[in-house]
Amino acid sequence: MLEQQLVNALSLGSVYALFALGFTLIFGVLGVVNLSHGAVFMVGAYAALQAIAHFALPLWAGLLFAFLLCGGLGLAIDFLVLKPLRARSAPHLIPMIATIGVGIAINSTMQGIFGAENLRFPAGTVSEESLSLGGLHLTALELGIVLLSFLLMGALMLALKRTQLGRALRAIAESPKAAYLLGINVEGLFYLTSFAAAGLGGLAGVLIGLYSNALFPLMGQPMLHKGIAVIILGGLGDVRGAMLGGLFLGLAEVLSIAYIGSDMRDAVAFGFLFLVLLLRPRGLFGSTQERKV
Amino acid sequence: MEAFDNFWAVYSNLVLTLGTNALLALSIYLTLSCGMLAMANAAFMGIGAYTAALLTMNHDAPFALALAGGMAAPALAAFAIGKPTLRLSGVYLAMATLAFGEVVRIVILNTESLTGGALGLNGIPPATQWWHVALVLAQVLFCLWRLNRSRVGRAFEAIKEDDTAAGLMGIDVAGHKLLAFVLGAMIAGLAGALNAHLTFFIGPNEYGFDRGVEILTMAILGGINGLLGPVLGALILTLLPELLRSLNDFRLVVNGLILVLIVLFLPQGIWDPARLRSWLQRKGGQA
Repeated sequence: MLEQQLVNALSLGSVYALFALGFTLIFGVLGVVNLSHGAVFMVGAYAALQAIAHFALPLWAGLLFAFLLCGGLGLAIDFLVLKPLRARSAPHLIPMIATIGVGIAINSTMQGIFGAENLRFPAGTVSEESLSLGGLHLTALELGIVLLSFLLMGALMLALKRTQLGRALRAIAESPKAAYLLGINVEGLFYLTSFAAAGLGGLAGVLIGLYSNALFPLMGQPMLHKGIAVIILGGLGDVRGAMLGGLFLGLAEVLSIAYIGSDMRDAVAFGFLFLVLLLRPRGLFGSTQERKV
Repeated sequence: MEAFDNFWAVYSNLVLTLGTNALLALSIYLTLSCGMLAMANAAFMGIGAYTAALLTMNHDAPFALALAGGMAAPALAAFAIGKPTLRLSGVYLAMATLAFGEVVRIVILNTESLTGGALGLNGIPPATQWWHVALVLAQVLFCLWRLNRSRVGRAFEAIKEDDTAAGLMGIDVAGHKLLAFVLGAMIAGLAGALNAHLTFFIGPNEYGFDRGVEILTMAILGGINGLLGPVLGALILTLLPELLRSLNDFRLVVNGLILVLIVLFLPQGIWDPARLRSWLQRKGGQA
């Protein structure tokens, strides 16, 4: 029984991690808490649904379409909203407030277009087969979610650690000004980060859309709140922390559903978040760093 | 007079909502003017609304007592979470208060025996009169106006500009932040209590993230340089949905866009005395 719960926790947690990855990437590199990430997540789910249900594309094409469309959306948000604020070097909270507005605008536009009711992926989008391993059940969907999430996370980690690009990104995370003086194309990498982060958010949207099989315009809001919890658990801007935080939250939720009751599932995430903020404001896995004036 | 009666019959709710929204905008103005972005005001509003409603419904408390309870409960909650939470700054504070708001909403949702859970509380006596709202708003405005001109108000301003420097000047930063937070919670709770006795029904989802964002938008839209800004912001954001009725589902898009445009182009909000003055002077210079 417990093993089965752990399997469920793994698939839920890896989607949380995937969502939080883009969220934390934007904070790490651009220094912005992007509260429109939940809306982008929802757009990803709808994009894949349109591609699969209306244009009869296969699932992989739907995922790719969602990735590209959301990436483009992230790019547009960066160009239209965040860039002017950067140019003005507005304080931290200002871009965050602006992205709240972006999120509301996207959410209600989608509600206007597609209506507020739940939509579903057509039956048979994912194979119904499931894998049984020593009493454990793993559906094809769950397996796919876990594999895809870990693949993307691994690729991102490797890219950040080993490539020139990753080193440049980490330099920007330390100090955009110093990175600029070193000859790094800071603006270009800001765009790239916005694109990749939004793309990952969109993919997470498709996966959750498939997993819960209910798409609605406000589906990004609870996810956004959980994403906040995850990146605080993992330490803001910390890629590895976002992954561990996501898996941890998935585990905590599944176990609380199993042993406490489903009512309290959401309270668990925020209870943890609250505790972590009070006890270790830099996150469970984050390194402590004091900021002095 | 008849025309007025008709107008009032149709729009009295709107006018009173205007008043409570102005109170909410002022409640977040108070913490913003102390340099903190605390997003828990919707939760405090909810705590106030539920406390007051339960007092009148279950205990037949007089309205004044219910309002007092609706102020005291969120103030206590703010005091309890304030000490550890307000150590955080910037985005951490915003997220911690956001999380607190979610916890409050979920607790209300799950304590069905007391709060009615997702069904909410029905049949709250409509005790709020128009003059209650007007009186409360006037009182709050007066108190805040006095506060701004006092030692405490100046300390708030110093903390907003730079809390390290303020601390070095001998200002009790933590104490003043806590004061602003608790007072803001009280005003939000009062608004919630008044609003609950206006709308007949309250439910947990009225006090979630969206409401918090709406409150913030009102204050940012109006500007937080003075007391008139939040009131003006509340006025615009309350009337806007009525004016945009024809847009139906797309109404909220406008709200979101306003928030973005204000942040991009009018970072000080609509009510910005310095900008108004410079405009007037430029016109005077041309003449």
